[in-house]
Amino acid sequence: MHILACVKQTPKSDNVKIDPATGCLIRSGTESAMNPFDEYALEAAVCLKEQLGGTISVITMGPPAAENVLRDSIARGADKVYQLGDMAFAGSDTWSTSYALATGAQKINSLEKIDVILCGKQTNDSDTGHIGPQISAWLKWPNAAFVRRIVKADDKSITVERLTESGTDVLELPYPCVISVVKEISNPRVCSVQGRMAAKRAEVIKWTADDIGADKTKLGVKNCPTHVVKSFSPKRNTQAVVVAGANGKEKAAKLVELLKENKYI
Amino acid sequence: MDYAINEMEQETLNATRELAQKKLKPLRAEMDVKEQFSKEMYEEFRKSAMFGLWLPEKYGGLGGGITCLAMAFEELSRVCAGLALTPGTSALGAIPMFLAATPEQRERWCYDLASGKKLWAFALTEPEAGSDATALKTTAIKDGDFYVVNGTKHFISTGKEADFYTVAVNTNPSRGARGISLLVIEKGTPGFSFGKKEEKMGIRTNPTYELIFENVRVPKENLLGSEGRGLLYVQETLDYSRPGVAAQAVGIAQGALDETIPYLRTRKQFGQPIITFQALAHKVAELAAKTEAGRALVYNLTHRMDEEFLPAVKAALENNTTVHDELKKIKGGRWTKYSAMAKLFCANTAMEVADECVTLCGGVAYMRDFPLEKYMRDAKITQIYEGTVHIQKNEIATALIKEYAAKGE
Repeated sequence: MHILACVKQTPKSDNVKIDPATGCLIRSGTESAMNPFDEYALEAAVCLKEQLGGTISVITMGPPAAENVLRDSIARGADKVYQLGDMAFAGSDTWSTSYALATGAQKINSLEKIDVILCGKQTNDSDTGHIGPQISAWLKWPNAAFVRRIVKADDKSITVERLTESGTDVLELPYPCVISVVKEISNPRVCSVQGRMAAKRAEVIKWTADDIGADKTKLGVKNCPTHVVKSFSPKRNTQAVVVAGANGKEKAAKLVELLKENKYI
Repeated sequence: MDYAINEMEQETLNATRELAQKKLKPLRAEMDVKEQFSKEMYEEFRKSAMFGLWLPEKYGGLGGGITCLAMAFEELSRVCAGLALTPGTSALGAIPMFLAATPEQRERWCYDLASGKKLWAFALTEPEAGSDATALKTTAIKDGDFYVVNGTKHFISTGKEADFYTVAVNTNPSRGARGISLLVIEKGTPGFSFGKKEEKMGIRTNPTYELIFENVRVPKENLLGSEGRGLLYVQETLDYSRPGVAAQAVGIAQGALDETIPYLRTRKQFGQPIITFQALAHKVAELAAKTEAGRALVYNLTHRMDEEFLPAVKAALENNTTVHDELKKIKGGRWTKYSAMAKLFCANTAMEVADECVTLCGGVAYMRDFPLEKYMRDAKITQIYEGTVHIQKNEIATALIKEYAAKGE
């Protein structure tokens, strides 16, 4: 089994600040770490490897400092790590980023056939949730997003539980496929001493756009279809009303009254 | 102060500190109240490779020796001395095996020990053989390729949860202490059952059981070393494991201070934070100094031990011999005196620190919502298990008398 996990270095703090002038994240001065949802994806990969054996590769696209999340991945149980780093990638939106990652994945696939690509459902800095499904679109591999549980996996296919708005779907995907996961998928372990030591010595394989044979007209801020118009932190509304009552029925009735009063229903 | 002298030891501290904060802390109060073994935490220890810290890489361990084991036990006990016992007692149960095992026995047992797939426990104490281990009455009588074991062990930590038990038995009762041998007995062997589960003052999450052996047939391949040398292996084991208990005690003392000092800084009475009262500040200073002195004693000792233990392990693997035999080639004497000093001093320090911390914080610390009363209950065991403080004094005094007698003074 060869699993490729996609990870991103994002601000560690949950208090991400946005430059009001440019609408971009203020990254300087904030500590960076692995995107939490990617931790869940990587832990799921490690659990799969413990069960079925095989190799875990990890890929990230980012500036030189993003090497840290790859070393962290080694500590968490990854075997090989790849960094896509090139000024040509700078400022990429999700369309460009997923193109770069998919192209990198293709190169990794040519070295050792990939069975599953695992991604976190979204990042804690840009929150789009696009990357997993977009990678699958570029690769034309089947996809399941918002996966909360791996029901079964063997050497032929993987069966997963996907969250939907109304419940869950159980899907069986043939290999190769792309899965993006939610928090419930795993409980990330604390890195072992061996892992921490291996992380420091691991070789990070670094590729440029040319190394992966990427089409540069699809990369970078100038070629992105997305243009950020405005980013802002939503205002916190603290005017909450607590509906009191002796039991659920009474509370529900009062709530309905309240909603009617305010013409919400 | 950190006493790590290499990367492996520093990363052991880093890993166990993170593990303690992220995984032990959320569970400790609940598991203490429920008085239950935490399978969840066992799994976390396994996933973070906590069982093989002291074992060689050949078996999937880290190769860190006695120091890494002690450091892990300190940092885990700093947050919860009870949960820390899952890897702690597995090491205790396995040390005699690891010292005395033949290369074949190591192959059989060490992989699953290091991965944490199998838990080990140590069974020495009996209802009538506590401090006087030589009085043990469990017998193992040879019958062809088997030993037939009969008897009862009690107060056995991680009882019922452990898979393998290193059991002190008498294979030749007519020879008394010289008949004591060590057998590895696997859970599930017919005739081996568990009796009473103890309800305890502290370390409540770790199950303490009675082990009952009724005509249990144990293959002779499970004998450690040779017959009649069990007591020697037990003593050697305690030399290595008592610094572990001392490290646990340092962890408990440090953990109590970690809870106490922030409270004293923020708690205001008579219009000022109570730590600004000199009576309290000086008490905290004394407790912290004693804790640090204990830590210095433990790690100076374990580092010296590892200078012999690690080369002995390496040689045993290279020469296909037992670790015990390689240690004999390397070292001059035993560690008993210093191990006993470390355990005596650190256990008494832990009890004093935990007790004083409860007093310093006052009423709130007496309540179960605040973790300090648990530290006080947990600290007590370090004065008792693996030899009470009185037994440690016996060990120290005996060693001193021998030393001075040898010098003719």
